[in-house]
Amino acid sequence: MSICNDAPILSLSGITKRFAGVTANKAVDFNLHRGEIVGLLGENGAGKTTLMNVVFGLYRPDEGAIRISGEPASIGNTADAIALGIGMVHQHSHAVGRHTVLENLMAGLPGRYGLLDRRSALKRLSEIGDAYGLRLDPDRLVGSLAVGERQRLDIIRALLRQARVLILDEPTSVLTPQETEGLFAALRALKADKVGIVFISHKLNEVRAITDRVVVMRRGEVVAAVANDGKLTNLDLASLMCGHEPERVVREPREQGETRLSIRKLRLDKPKLEKQAGAPIDLDIHAGEIVGIAGVSGNGQVRFAETVGGVETIAEGEIRLNGKPIGNPSPRRMQAEGLAYIPEDRIGAGLVGALPVEENLVLSRFTEAPFARHGWLDWRAIKDFATRQIAAYDVRPPDPQALVGLLSGGNQQKAIVARELAFSPRILVIAQPTRGLDVTAIAFVHRALMNLRDQGCAIMLISDDLDELFQLSDRIAVMYESEIVCDVPIEEATIATIGLAMNGGTKTRGASA
Amino acid sequence: MNIFDIVMDIGFFAAAVRLAVPLLLGTLSELTAERSGVLNLGIEGMMLSGALAGFGTASATGSLWLGVTAAIGVGMLVGALMALLVVTLRLDQTVTGLGVSLMATGLVFYSYRLGFGESSTPPAITPFSTIPLPFLSDIPVIGPVFFNQYALTYLAYLLVPALAFFLYRTPAGLALRSVGENPQAAAAAGIDPIRVRFLALIAAGGLAGLAGAYLNLAAFGSFTFGIIAGRGWICLALVVLGRWNPIACAGAAFLFGAVDALQLRLQASGAVDLPYQLFLALPYAATLVAMILNASRAVGPTALMQPYDAEQR
Amino acid sequence: MRLIAKQHQTSRRRDAMMPVLAVAASLAICGVLILIAGANPFTAFGIMVSAAFGGKLALTETLARAAPLMLSGLAALVALRTRFWNIGGEGQIIVGAMAAAWIGALPQLPTHLLIPMMLIGAALAGAALAAVPATLKTRLGVDEVVSTLMLNFIVMYVMMALLSGIWKNPVTGWTNSPDILPAAEFPVFWNGTRLHLGVLVAFLAVGVIGILMKYTTLGLSMKIVGENAKAARHAGLSVARVTLLAAMLSGALAGLAGAGEVGGIQFQVIASISSGYGYAGIVVAMLARLSAAGIIPAALFLAAVTTGADEMSRQTGVPFFIADAMQGICLIAVLVAMTLSRYQIRFRPTSDSKASP
Repeated sequence: MSICNDAPILSLSGITKRFAGVTANKAVDFNLHRGEIVGLLGENGAGKTTLMNVVFGLYRPDEGAIRISGEPASIGNTADAIALGIGMVHQHSHAVGRHTVLENLMAGLPGRYGLLDRRSALKRLSEIGDAYGLRLDPDRLVGSLAVGERQRLDIIRALLRQARVLILDEPTSVLTPQETEGLFAALRALKADKVGIVFISHKLNEVRAITDRVVVMRRGEVVAAVANDGKLTNLDLASLMCGHEPERVVREPREQGETRLSIRKLRLDKPKLEKQAGAPIDLDIHAGEIVGIAGVSGNGQVRFAETVGGVETIAEGEIRLNGKPIGNPSPRRMQAEGLAYIPEDRIGAGLVGALPVEENLVLSRFTEAPFARHGWLDWRAIKDFATRQIAAYDVRPPDPQALVGLLSGGNQQKAIVARELAFSPRILVIAQPTRGLDVTAIAFVHRALMNLRDQGCAIMLISDDLDELFQLSDRIAVMYESEIVCDVPIEEATIATIGLAMNGGTKTRGASA
Repeated sequence: MNIFDIVMDIGFFAAAVRLAVPLLLGTLSELTAERSGVLNLGIEGMMLSGALAGFGTASATGSLWLGVTAAIGVGMLVGALMALLVVTLRLDQTVTGLGVSLMATGLVFYSYRLGFGESSTPPAITPFSTIPLPFLSDIPVIGPVFFNQYALTYLAYLLVPALAFFLYRTPAGLALRSVGENPQAAAAAGIDPIRVRFLALIAAGGLAGLAGAYLNLAAFGSFTFGIIAGRGWICLALVVLGRWNPIACAGAAFLFGAVDALQLRLQASGAVDLPYQLFLALPYAATLVAMILNASRAVGPTALMQPYDAEQR
Repeated sequence: MRLIAKQHQTSRRRDAMMPVLAVAASLAICGVLILIAGANPFTAFGIMVSAAFGGKLALTETLARAAPLMLSGLAALVALRTRFWNIGGEGQIIVGAMAAAWIGALPQLPTHLLIPMMLIGAALAGAALAAVPATLKTRLGVDEVVSTLMLNFIVMYVMMALLSGIWKNPVTGWTNSPDILPAAEFPVFWNGTRLHLGVLVAFLAVGVIGILMKYTTLGLSMKIVGENAKAARHAGLSVARVTLLAAMLSGALAGLAGAGEVGGIQFQVIASISSGYGYAGIVVAMLARLSAAGIIPAALFLAAVTTGADEMSRQTGVPFFIADAMQGICLIAVLVAMTLSRYQIRFRPTSDSKASP
């Protein structure tokens, strides 16, 4: 490497990005050199994607500076980023489904004499195919492409624009092992061509296989940067990602209660395009037990939670609550059996932002006594209830009239918890309970869950946060490709085994029930 | 006189083309806006603004072409206003479009009264005369119907392939279609969706203004309050019927020009005992049926009516 | 230029001030227009106020004009609250009017039942018409903006065909529907004015809708579906059912507006029976910030502008169309004001990364 080329091709210093009250990136420094593949590792919500969206001009940083090959760069939008030689491949393909591959490739290119330049786009397409083994039929509709092919399209699109920096956001999360091998071959060829590559992932094996260096982010900050010298192990990376091997809460052994939630041979009702899970889901949750569901996001957890919550229909199999089979699940039906459901998408599915706290506190029960009689709302009962719950769960501001959308994430979550726990549920399904919350709010939610468990509630806890799962769960199950691949008591679980199972490594079934 | 006699008359077809042209221009306008992802309910107001601007300028200066230019310019201004509201400020497209139409209508009527007063005979200008195209107008049947028309009509003919060419053969057209389908994808490809939609609405305004100007500078020669009379709304329907394709939209426009001409003749002849109003309802009814048939397949631009916010998470 | 969501809580009082600010801005713009017309805006507005509110006749006439605006505004409110973009108010008013005119001219009905039947029939007709686009939306996913607009024109031309067809007066050739029976004419509360039963119906409807939105589970369901359909589904509400109910309620209110015009003002269907009340209803609803109580001042304001503009135009020569302009400007102004209260506008900053070396 010559001296004049020593400046990193991409250099970030002190990047800070805030979203309505949440700091997604805190003074992040990051460097990428020519011909280098850097793994950007971290759990969901660690700020990896936000950081790269800043580089690609989708978000504007609140603070910090970006340099390209040592030159200060001003990236106001994606066109600026592309002109500077930056290309980004998003986790979910950003392509126009009803246009052809070629149209998608040509969109945003200047053309020739004011006309679309099909010929040179085709020529570049075949050159890229020859050089990196990335080939696509230019006339196919993008909507008919498989996910792996759509990703290839995005990579080709970036290369067609002479990208020297290529950002790949979770590129393998949607690929088969064979497709992943093909991708890696292309990345190695690009690396040989001195392209700098950022590889965002939480798949440890892949990060070890392809990268030269690994940068680890947690809660918006860079916590470690290590060279991938061949001696890194998955365990090293996992502990960097999640912190140290989590402390175990010493809990009194409890007698196992009766089975409250029983799932038999359940297949989730999925959109046609997605691939079906291998084995159906079997899972039992007993009174006084927290079963943690671990998994890399996008492996069917959201749909699983929605199905058990009664929002989605069942394709196959059966859900039993308190021993009773629920033939035709609906949210009301589940609620009648004492099941409470707290979805992961707080403001999208759990709350109505434009309505006040008091109305949100009765969102799932306002048509029934004591809040309503014969279609008439009993505002006094609602207000009394709201005031009580706001006080009990310390929702701030303590104003039943405050619009929920203006509350902080922590207080929004407290409001949902206050609503769903108010009627002492027998079963609780809760997804990502602490995502995006600050430390005090997290502690509050954790305490509430532990109390509920001690009162004998059966809890299904879906989380991306391994710390949280290890702290709270009595048993941990892992969901991988809409399938439960591992189900072990907490005493037998280690970060390493669970992490491996999350990546489809092993199938372990411990003594469950 | 029966329907058969009416329809077999060449004059009828020429009239059908005359009445189709404003619909054609308006449909191209609406198509441009919708392909960028904006439902333009302001089109009725844009056409009316163009009509008055064209008429006022022409009667003040005596130049019909200056009138045409003014109509396009004023239409573009209204288009820019609409863009400011729904693209930049991300106001709701439905209510805002209605608001723009209501406001433009009020302002146009007001300005007309200010400029021309309340005379019993509406002021008139000498409109464009028809220009038979050499050779083409000599073709039997087709010639007198299509090629003995106004210059603006020929311009409208040309605009159909021109818009199709623009949409499918130029980078800017591809950018416009991409933004209407998936603004996030367009942004990922380096296109600024805000800019594209802004420009699309300005262009749509210009085309709508031209449609308005055609009505009084070519077809009627005077301005009346009912000059647009819902033609803008018909254009919304024609875009659905033409399935967002310029060529098919042009076909739909000609079809309903013919329906319009037919009902006028029926009305004038008075002999046929047919409720001609039902013919007027046809485009709307056909659109409703088309929407029902299209319902299972997504036909319109995917991102129609979705505001674009770059920092949406 | 970009919009940034405000992070602090907006004060309710400021929120409530927005329509007032919007009206003030609209008045200022119209003042300039009047100035252009060569009149003194203050004199002109003065004439408008006294023509709209000064004296028994003026006041009652404004109230009579406000009645259809109130009902149409309520129709828009109910629909917009549920995010059902019903811009078919115009068509629903027309079918309501036609139903009322048809029932009101039925000699075989007992006379004391005529008026209640007219009101019920008009409401049902409006509800039935609105149920069409609502069902198309919930069952097939057909967008209601275009479908309701299309239905307006279909209904309008069907009415025109009836007026010049079976309803045409065979003697005079006038294209009006036959007069309703004298017993079907709405009673007037104050002799010599047009303060008819329809005005009372409009005020009652404001109360009923206000109570419905605030005190019933249906009202709260509508708000929840409108604000966040996904959360509504998670809370176990049937989005399709609530949408259909809201659309039908909206149509029924618009239908009542049509009945009022037939029973209290025209006593028959004429071609211009609605003349834009359906669209004006959306202006009223937005000016009222989608609150039932706000409907009354908003409708009175727009009605006063119309009645006032008539007289003002006669006295000063300023074109009457200032009233139409006012309506459109108000709608735009209130939309902008409500958005600005929720966002702050930031002009594109020179990039931060450039500023720091």
